[in-house]
Amino acid sequence: MCGIAGFSGVPAAPETARATLERMIHTLHHRGPDGYGFHVGDGVGLAHARLSIIDLATGQQPIHNERRTVWTVFNGGIFNYVELREQLERQGHRFYTQSDTEVIVHLYEQHGDDFVSHLNGQFAIALWDAERRRLLLARDRTGIRPLFHTRAHGRLWFGSEIKALLAVLPQRATLDPTGLAQTLNYWGPVDPATVFEGIHSLPPGHVLTVDEGNRETLRRYWDWSFPVAAEQTMASARRMFGSEEQAAAELRELLIDAVRLRLRADVPVGAYLSGGLDSSGIVALIRRFTDTPVRTFSVAFADSEFDESAEQAAMVRHLGTEHTTMHCSRRDIGMAFPQLIRHTETPILRTAAAPLMLLSGRVRSEGYKVVLTGEGADEVFGGYDIFKEAKVRRFWARQPQSRFRPRLLERLYGYLENSPVGNAAFAQAFFGKGMEHIDRPIFAHAPRWATSQHALRFLSADMRASIGDWQPLDGYEQRLPASIMSWHPLARDQYVEAKSLLAAYLLPAQGDRVAMANSIEGRFPYLDHRLIEFANRLPPSWKIRGLTEKYLLRRALDGLLPADILHRTKQPYRAPDQTSFFFDGKPLDYVADLMSSERIRAAGYFDADATGRLFDKCRHGRAIGFADNQAFVGILSTMLLDETFLRRSSSDPHGALCSD
Amino acid sequence: MSNEPKEIEAKIRSYILENLLFSNDPTELPNDASLLDRGIIDSTGVLEIVLFLEGEFDIQIKASEMLPENFDTVNNMVAFVQRLRVAVQ
Repeated sequence: MCGIAGFSGVPAAPETARATLERMIHTLHHRGPDGYGFHVGDGVGLAHARLSIIDLATGQQPIHNERRTVWTVFNGGIFNYVELREQLERQGHRFYTQSDTEVIVHLYEQHGDDFVSHLNGQFAIALWDAERRRLLLARDRTGIRPLFHTRAHGRLWFGSEIKALLAVLPQRATLDPTGLAQTLNYWGPVDPATVFEGIHSLPPGHVLTVDEGNRETLRRYWDWSFPVAAEQTMASARRMFGSEEQAAAELRELLIDAVRLRLRADVPVGAYLSGGLDSSGIVALIRRFTDTPVRTFSVAFADSEFDESAEQAAMVRHLGTEHTTMHCSRRDIGMAFPQLIRHTETPILRTAAAPLMLLSGRVRSEGYKVVLTGEGADEVFGGYDIFKEAKVRRFWARQPQSRFRPRLLERLYGYLENSPVGNAAFAQAFFGKGMEHIDRPIFAHAPRWATSQHALRFLSADMRASIGDWQPLDGYEQRLPASIMSWHPLARDQYVEAKSLLAAYLLPAQGDRVAMANSIEGRFPYLDHRLIEFANRLPPSWKIRGLTEKYLLRRALDGLLPADILHRTKQPYRAPDQTSFFFDGKPLDYVADLMSSERIRAAGYFDADATGRLFDKCRHGRAIGFADNQAFVGILSTMLLDETFLRRSSSDPHGALCSD
Repeated sequence: MSNEPKEIEAKIRSYILENLLFSNDPTELPNDASLLDRGIIDSTGVLEIVLFLEGEFDIQIKASEMLPENFDTVNNMVAFVQRLRVAVQ
């Protein structure tokens, strides 16, 4: 829930500070339509846009401690606030609201900066310690809630979305070439980078403090961490977990508790049903182990390659939930895309976020503010094809002459119309590439990034020059933990996936932004950090058994789901890509305008001739591969970003900061 | 329709430059360069080439002929198309 914004540093007159905060927070109205709150102190300004979910009566922010020396605004949910409050009250702290927010200020008094380690939740927090004249920013462990910051005019400025910063610092509306290249390559920028020059994203699991002397300290308090592979024997697993059956039972208890905590709300709660194992499992756990009534929602597509409505309907029948299906057409996606990019504030390579934005609108219109989803299960329990693909490629690499081993790849990607393994000889040639990276942590991701790198071909000569000699594989590896090669290969792949796809793309572009576009709070039980820590200690063969993904999760959910859902092979959630923008060979009007050679040249990011050829290929329905589709969606979304944020600000250079 | 290797080559080169390299610079496409190694075609990209070759040269390509060695370079594609066209005549 909510949006936050503010600054610390050079003091401003209270009325000017308040006006500045209002300009920032009004851009986040969609995140918090239920009211605004402000705190202006000497050297600090905090603003909050509220989506009321817990403590509807007295939960307004900012919230302060007993002596009014510690103030906070926060976005998200602290799910264990009931237990934390009991402890804090025993320790003598007095509460003046019923909100989850209030535990933050008292925990900070009790534990200092380490208070974040006590939180089970999804949060972006700004906390002002008036006595030490010190600002603290904190973000949840996996990156569910966003938080951006930048420095200007002797202050540190922060906001839940970049638009809050641009409202007072329009000079920041400049595209960062490296951020763009990263996004086109890895699917999202690598934090702290964003696609806006000088604007940083606070990395997940980190605390940033700015003290009175304006000194910044960035500290990591949590990370995805895995055991050393050599010490991860079956004997050690048996000591730690007992039998597989006992581990599955422990996992089920953890899942029940993760779900139970995420049902804490003073408003009704809904859930998304994709038709797959993960979301079905969440709804089944709610139905079986809680008294909470739950309403379910799903997306259906006309195109059978993407549609899962038969599986969704089977699950609805099994669970007996009141269910709403939103039908989404290619045209719906194309028409919603500009609004989507206003929310994502970054280029994207797939359109799959657009139906989710439309779905959250439907959820909101039905009177709901909170939905639980299955996000995270694939990262935590080893569900993605990329993990199985890497497993087969490593197996193959041990006997490169084998003609049988690469044929295991044919068992993957069965759901794709134009499957990359549809032709065995080419699949072998394609997946056989990149084998030289076998001893590198990015081994699993090199083929995916080779596909997305196609988009970089379209960059203009100027952009290429600005990017310089950036090397995508080396560049990413520099960001990885030093110990990563001591982990099991699956653990390495999970880590890179948790950072490059989950934190940089799925949680922002397909999670927070598209839900918050319609004031909906998504909650993700599989990303409870206790579950992640439990799963990271599991032996890899309990995650992927043979080529069966999420093995232990299936065992934990056994008996709760119909057999065909329980044993169904993972189908990733996707939507029609470039075909959403052309109808009978004609582009949507805004697409024709933005992709015209004049607009491409004027923006300067892409080569107009090359882009024109891609446009023609798409228009004639000849772009069938992922590489072309992703390049097209990436270029179009960059042009929308230009239209929405960059071009507008350059034509209005004086709409600047009013506070100084 | 001509069977001249030069004409076949010109058509294949023009298609690949335009539709896979998105370029009009012929130096980007040496005739003996591996399109797979250079990342110019992925395993779905080959379907595009097959559709093009079948339509342009009036040939039928069997699944058993969809091998990297037939499609990996411009030279190999030219030789492959020639072989098929000789076979149908």
